[in-house]
Amino acid sequence: MTTETVEEFEARARAWAAENLPPEDPDNPPHFEDDLEDWSRQRELQKKVWEGGFAGICFPQEYGGLGLSTAYQEAYGRAIHGYQTPTRLNLPTFAIVAPVILDHGTEEQKQKYVRGALMGDVILSQFFSEPKGGSDLAGVITRAERDGDTWVLNGNKIWSTAAYGADYGICLARTDWDAPKHRGLSMFMVPIKEQAGFTLNRIRMVTADSDFCEEFFEDLVLPADALVGEVNDGWTVASRQLVYERTAVGGGSQYTQGPRMPRPQNHDVQSPAELAKSLGKQDDPYVQDRVGLAHTYEVIHGQINHRVGQAMRRGALPPPAASIMRLFHAESMWTTRDVMMDVAGGLAVAPNGHYAGAITNGVEDYLMRQSASLGGGSTEMARNLISERVLGMPREYAADRDVPFREVRQGR
Amino acid sequence: MQLDLNDDQKTFQQTARRAIEKEMPLSRIREMVEVGATFDRRWWQSGAELGWAAMLVPEELDGGTISGDGLCDLAIVAEEFGRGVVPGPLQAVNTVIAGLVEVVGEQERHAETIGGLFSGELIASWAVYEPGREWDPLNPSVVAKVNGDSIVIDGVKDRVEHATSADLFLVTASGPEGVIQVLVPADAAGVTVTRQDGVDLARPFGEVRFENVEVAAANQVGTSSTTPAVVERQFQVAVALQCAETAGVVGRAFEMSCEWAFDRYSFGRPLASYQALKHRWADQKTWLEAILATTDAAVEAVSRRSSNSAELVSVAANYVGDKSTEIIQDIVQLFGGIAITYEHDIHFYLRRATINKHLYGTPTEHRRRVAQLIPA
Ligand SMILES: Cc1cc2nc3c(=O)[nH]c(=O)nc-3n(C[C@H](O)[C@H](O)[C@H](O)COP(=O)(O)OP(=O)(O)OC[C@H]3O[C@@H](n4cnc5c(N)ncnc54)[C@H](O)[C@@H]3O)c2cc1C
Repeated sequence: MTTETVEEFEARARAWAAENLPPEDPDNPPHFEDDLEDWSRQRELQKKVWEGGFAGICFPQEYGGLGLSTAYQEAYGRAIHGYQTPTRLNLPTFAIVAPVILDHGTEEQKQKYVRGALMGDVILSQFFSEPKGGSDLAGVITRAERDGDTWVLNGNKIWSTAAYGADYGICLARTDWDAPKHRGLSMFMVPIKEQAGFTLNRIRMVTADSDFCEEFFEDLVLPADALVGEVNDGWTVASRQLVYERTAVGGGSQYTQGPRMPRPQNHDVQSPAELAKSLGKQDDPYVQDRVGLAHTYEVIHGQINHRVGQAMRRGALPPPAASIMRLFHAESMWTTRDVMMDVAGGLAVAPNGHYAGAITNGVEDYLMRQSASLGGGSTEMARNLISERVLGMPREYAADRDVPFREVRQGR
Repeated sequence: MQLDLNDDQKTFQQTARRAIEKEMPLSRIREMVEVGATFDRRWWQSGAELGWAAMLVPEELDGGTISGDGLCDLAIVAEEFGRGVVPGPLQAVNTVIAGLVEVVGEQERHAETIGGLFSGELIASWAVYEPGREWDPLNPSVVAKVNGDSIVIDGVKDRVEHATSADLFLVTASGPEGVIQVLVPADAAGVTVTRQDGVDLARPFGEVRFENVEVAAANQVGTSSTTPAVVERQFQVAVALQCAETAGVVGRAFEMSCEWAFDRYSFGRPLASYQALKHRWADQKTWLEAILATTDAAVEAVSRRSSNSAELVSVAANYVGDKSTEIIQDIVQLFGGIAITYEHDIHFYLRRATINKHLYGTPTEHRRRVAQLIPA
């Protein structure tokens, strides 16, 4: 264990960042492009962080981390403010998939995926959703069949964020069709590379970005060590993953590095307040009201994560309370996006002039507004969890309960 | 509800809750409302003995806190006041105290008043609003003329909390060189107090007229140069306590509605089993946690005089103001027809939240303040 205090650590990180990290250009803040070059850049930055000895602050030392508390993680976040960092690796690599491997992976898997990710060699993505439905995650119909020492994968995943830039997708598949749905699932690591039986397509989003992907598996052969956790116990692994995901999407993960919040896909070039100023609307009472509201949500977002996170750690709220952060996060994002449009007003129709960039970003974010309440599980599912697992209200009726999955009705 | 109460604070909270449950249950408040009573002075005095007016008073003046953070301690009581929708001058008295202890070098001069307030013998209220006008404390039309050893006050204030019970008003007025504040006894010649019954049955306000009211110059609190900062401090304390009270109001109303969710059956199922309704309770729970989180942050910032206290107070005020009434109106909907009757207790909660939302700045005014306070 370190004897370095948080302050000393922060000072050291600050000095290191000044020496080693490229500063962020305030006039041209990071706007993630959906191309592979951007991902190579993220890898390079992560290698720098690893070489500097700051990777995985809250990850165990055995797997390449520093084994320190969140206070150090927060200190690091402050220290690197204003520098370019591999923020894109936070979700899902560091905040979601790596901790799941820590919980359920074998020793070899932890070295390969967790240490690999911290070293900047491995980027991870999630293969959960399927065309027939994402909310009912345990209802996946992608199948894996054992063939001697290997597994053979068939099926189709969709909405996997940035899988084109990743090395592996953690993939939930059905391995027993005669068991009820939760008991016939297993989790696998699927390599993302050119190989027989694997196809990856990019999907164009409303913003014209192509960050979403879909994958097709046709007799894709996976080695035995692709299995994470036990055969037919994939739901245990997936449940863990969902907890990490809700915590991360809400912004409360201890496994992120640098800015805690994932940046929006199209990072706002300006905040609503800045946009108001550049449009000369800062004294308009209506604009002030809206800008004040957006800022209010932004401030409370941090406050509620702090409170609910603490309450969960102390047992004052049960673990499913992570959905409270998730739900508030979506509301907060909606508010910011709505306010950006309100501030832009009629200029949003066809932005031009020196403020065009900011307005265009605002408009694009607005078109993607619902992504905040769908990605990482929909807000409807969050509400189910809060009412059922936090407030103890009766569970929804499930027509597929205790029925062999083979007999469960599927949508078209 | 602060997550981290120490043992002494927990005892303080339990004692307040018991004092309220025993002496000021809603049944008693209903009786008082029927006869037009406001609050029970003896009861307030017994509350003062429990420390309800001592937390902002420095130790030199015999006050003291439970945890070292007086306002955080006081917020515990404010929340209990909210849970019970209790009538009483908690916010009024403590806001005036906040002003009196703020004027450096003058504390001795006001020591007697402070002593009377924290022992519960005196009731004071801040006379700051003016008829027909929104929150604008630094532009009073009430005039204070300084005449050698005396000050003469003229003009009208309204929405003065518990005006008919107050012994003393802290009047914010235009002095010769700017805004000043003056302590005026309610029984001074030329003071006329008229009760204003408002939305909250248990918490009346009043109009206070000052006609050539003469008081000693020593009654001035601060100078025209210190007053804006003192007024800001009173404002922040008042709003922080108000948010804490509202948090208690919503917290208790939410508990009541959750009990109802399980007790009320429709089509052979409890309401809690319908997804359309469960989702609303989930939203309410989320908003309640946000109210608690932002209130705690505001109270703590004001208590510790953090540099962002003005921002955090207005963040809390606009969110708590809007969401509290939204939640309670939704709770009314979930209770059904019974909830819009006088018999049901929920209207007391709705009334208190409605008042608090509109007092000391409306949500809109606070949002505009936030917009102007956004750190660059
Ligand atoms: C930005 C973003 C990133 C994403 N990244 C990934 C990723 O990396 N990997 C991945 O696997 N997936 C990813 N997803 C997919 C995401 O997890 C799903 O979109 C989500 O779980 C919802 O599933 P669905 O889209 O299939 O909608 P459906 O499940 O078909 O739901 C449709 C609508 O019905 C509602 N609904 C469904 N069932 C219920 C119910 N029982 N009660 C009440 N309402 C219900 C839903 O809330 C939704 O509003 C991402 C999505 C977004 C928006």
